[in-house]
Amino acid sequence: MNTPQESSGTNQPRSGAAAVPLQSSVGPMDQFAYDNKIVVWFAYATAFWGIIGMLAGLLAALQLTFPSLSFNAAATTFGRVRPVHTNAVIFAFVGNGIFMGVYYSLQRLCKARMWSDKLSKIHFWGWQLIIVAAAVTLLAGYTTGKEYAELEWPIDILITVIWVVFGWNMFGTILKRRERHLYVAIWFYIGTWVTVAMLHIVNSMELPFSMLKSYSAYAGMQDALVQWWYGHNAVAFFLTTPYLGLMYYFLPKAANRPVYSYRLSVIHFWSLIFLYIWAGPHHLLYNALPGWAQSLGTVFSVMLIAPSWGGMLNGLLTLRGAWDKVREEPVLKFMVVAVTAYGMSTFEGPMLSLKTVNAISHFTDWTIAHVHVGALGWNGFLNFGVLYWLIPRIFRTELYSRKMANAHFWIGTLGIVFYTVPLYIAGLMQWSMLSQFTPEGTLKYQFLEAVQAMRPYYMLRSIGGLLYLIGAFLMCYNLFKTIRMGKALDNEPAQALPLERQQLVEKHGKEHWHRWIERRPIQMLLWSFVVVAIGGIIEFVPAFMVKENVPTISSVKPYTPLELEGRDIYVREGCYTCHSQQIRPFRDEVARYGEFSKAGESIYDRPFQWGSKRTGPDLAREGGKYPDSWHFNHMYEPTSMSNGSIMPPYPWLFRRTIDAGQMPAKIRAMQTLGVPYPEGYDQQAVKDMAEQAAGIQKRLAADKINIKSDKEIVALIAYLQRLGTDIKAEQAAGGAPMP
Amino acid sequence: MKFRNYLETISGIGILPVISLLIFFLFFSALLVWVVKSRKQHFTDMEQLPLEDGSENLSLSSSES
Repeated sequence: MNTPQESSGTNQPRSGAAAVPLQSSVGPMDQFAYDNKIVVWFAYATAFWGIIGMLAGLLAALQLTFPSLSFNAAATTFGRVRPVHTNAVIFAFVGNGIFMGVYYSLQRLCKARMWSDKLSKIHFWGWQLIIVAAAVTLLAGYTTGKEYAELEWPIDILITVIWVVFGWNMFGTILKRRERHLYVAIWFYIGTWVTVAMLHIVNSMELPFSMLKSYSAYAGMQDALVQWWYGHNAVAFFLTTPYLGLMYYFLPKAANRPVYSYRLSVIHFWSLIFLYIWAGPHHLLYNALPGWAQSLGTVFSVMLIAPSWGGMLNGLLTLRGAWDKVREEPVLKFMVVAVTAYGMSTFEGPMLSLKTVNAISHFTDWTIAHVHVGALGWNGFLNFGVLYWLIPRIFRTELYSRKMANAHFWIGTLGIVFYTVPLYIAGLMQWSMLSQFTPEGTLKYQFLEAVQAMRPYYMLRSIGGLLYLIGAFLMCYNLFKTIRMGKALDNEPAQALPLERQQLVEKHGKEHWHRWIERRPIQMLLWSFVVVAIGGIIEFVPAFMVKENVPTISSVKPYTPLELEGRDIYVREGCYTCHSQQIRPFRDEVARYGEFSKAGESIYDRPFQWGSKRTGPDLAREGGKYPDSWHFNHMYEPTSMSNGSIMPPYPWLFRRTIDAGQMPAKIRAMQTLGVPYPEGYDQQAVKDMAEQAAGIQKRLAADKINIKSDKEIVALIAYLQRLGTDIKAEQAAGGAPMP
Repeated sequence: MKFRNYLETISGIGILPVISLLIFFLFFSALLVWVVKSRKQHFTDMEQLPLEDGSENLSLSSSES
């Protein structure tokens, strides 16, 4: 629909008293209209994908208690459902929520309609296409195997294009604005845009070898460093900074009072974006990452408390003297809990990055609880608050039922408590059980005993998730009824003086230099980029420049073609969502899994598969622990080998045939990336693969198992049996002790 | 069992966190000076921006607050 959105010079008087002298001296105001339609579209998408993402989360949660809910199908196993949940919640629910809030607030803060309605539409539909493509490919098993960056290269390119469209539209709007100063919310939007662009491009560097598959441009430790620089800052610049922008706009709007301290918001913005970018390595404490990088991550994480709490207090103190409104108004209730959850998780985050605390929390459900305080409390509740505030305004009516919104608030809050508290307990229990020794010096508990002990807590967590979801359904119904009652104001009329005429009446005098940045969005963009790039560069340059100095362990060799194929299957099935491949240098981990992991061991791992959560045991030294037949039976029916296991069965691996046709392309891609396969090995690889598979087939046959050698399970067994064995070969040969 | 890794052997790498901290300290000091020296009136104007969006008097409904 095309409506006349912009016109100037239609001489309509403004009724505000302050405007009168301006108008008489410098001419008429511009008449224009805000585009509410695009905001409503993004609002619908936020609510819709929120429900989908939460449903996927609920299914994944239930699968941990009832493994049969995997339905024996590839697409519905935990390893594929979990990435769908995380991607849907982050990029669909929160992503659309960001765009909804930005498109509403940016227009009003700039006193201008969005730069181009066409770009707005391309942005909207492009983003929805990305989400659908992501869901389909993830369920089909196309994944890069890097958390929250699982999408494969064609979708990565599409994300880049659509992100540029968003930026173009945003900067176009900012450049044609009728308000000279950029309010702090816009700073957060600009910082978000530039940083997410940088993170996405750097972490998505990959070499395609087929239409939908690629290998990471980085390997092992370097891949881990880049990935957690990305992963941590996805939390920072996708889940936090844009929402802070929304907080600084919508909280004052909803409370009808200015932000508590604008000075504080300036400090909040610059110190937050400066500090956040350094903190990524705290995801890799005690991992095979250089010690200085780990310390850097810890120091900057701890410092993050200051700006985060400054921001939280700024939000809460905005409501000073208005707490009576909070009691009445569901919108404010949601916002207060959101800001409080922000404060809680930004206090907990730095604590978790202390090495001693991290030793306990890492790889356990504590981390899951922590992120859900942020996701359910901060992002979810702020989204709900904004939706309850926006929809009645745009549809020119009152909210259908305040009572229902209050019910949503309480059910949602209960849901958060029921979700997080059991997982905090579960996390501590996992650590406690897995690290205990008997007086004789042996491990007190088997891994499976810890898994069994988790089941009631996983069940409670599912109930928490269900409550939260019920709340979200209530909201959808409430908003639906509200929309039915009202009529959308697609183009909201507004008026303002154009910038050039404002200048005529402003005093010219000495101005503070900082306004030079504040008024100029491009400078703001460049400075934000400089500030966030410093941290990344200081972390990456040494880690990459000294690549030659990695003490390559002479016995660590590239994967054989069959193992590589098996590794790709391991990645495809999302094994990393439950199994780590990183033994930390702790007594219990070494006793349970074997010698701790070295950086030199994963130099051919593209992507790295160190993992972040141990729902199952670590697999870094799985090779040679069990016979081939054990793995065969275990993958077919896990409980037959591990009584009480909650791992789903993988029957399709026994039916599907290895796609040997792709192997030459895979070898060539690896060679391009620097893996030392001999010249022309791509032609030899298929033959080698068949030979190694025949060997496994023979060993299985000796245990009375008959399977064709070209089935996927054979490749997976080859990979699992290789894991962590190179170092043993070095020790058997009397090699030098590991550094 | 001490956890070591290969970058520890590079001389002077320990200075990096100190340099990083210094960069932040300088950055933060400059920021504080900027904020403290700014005029109060400017901040008072800025914080009003969300509350006046140019459509107040043209709204079709009076329920706007």
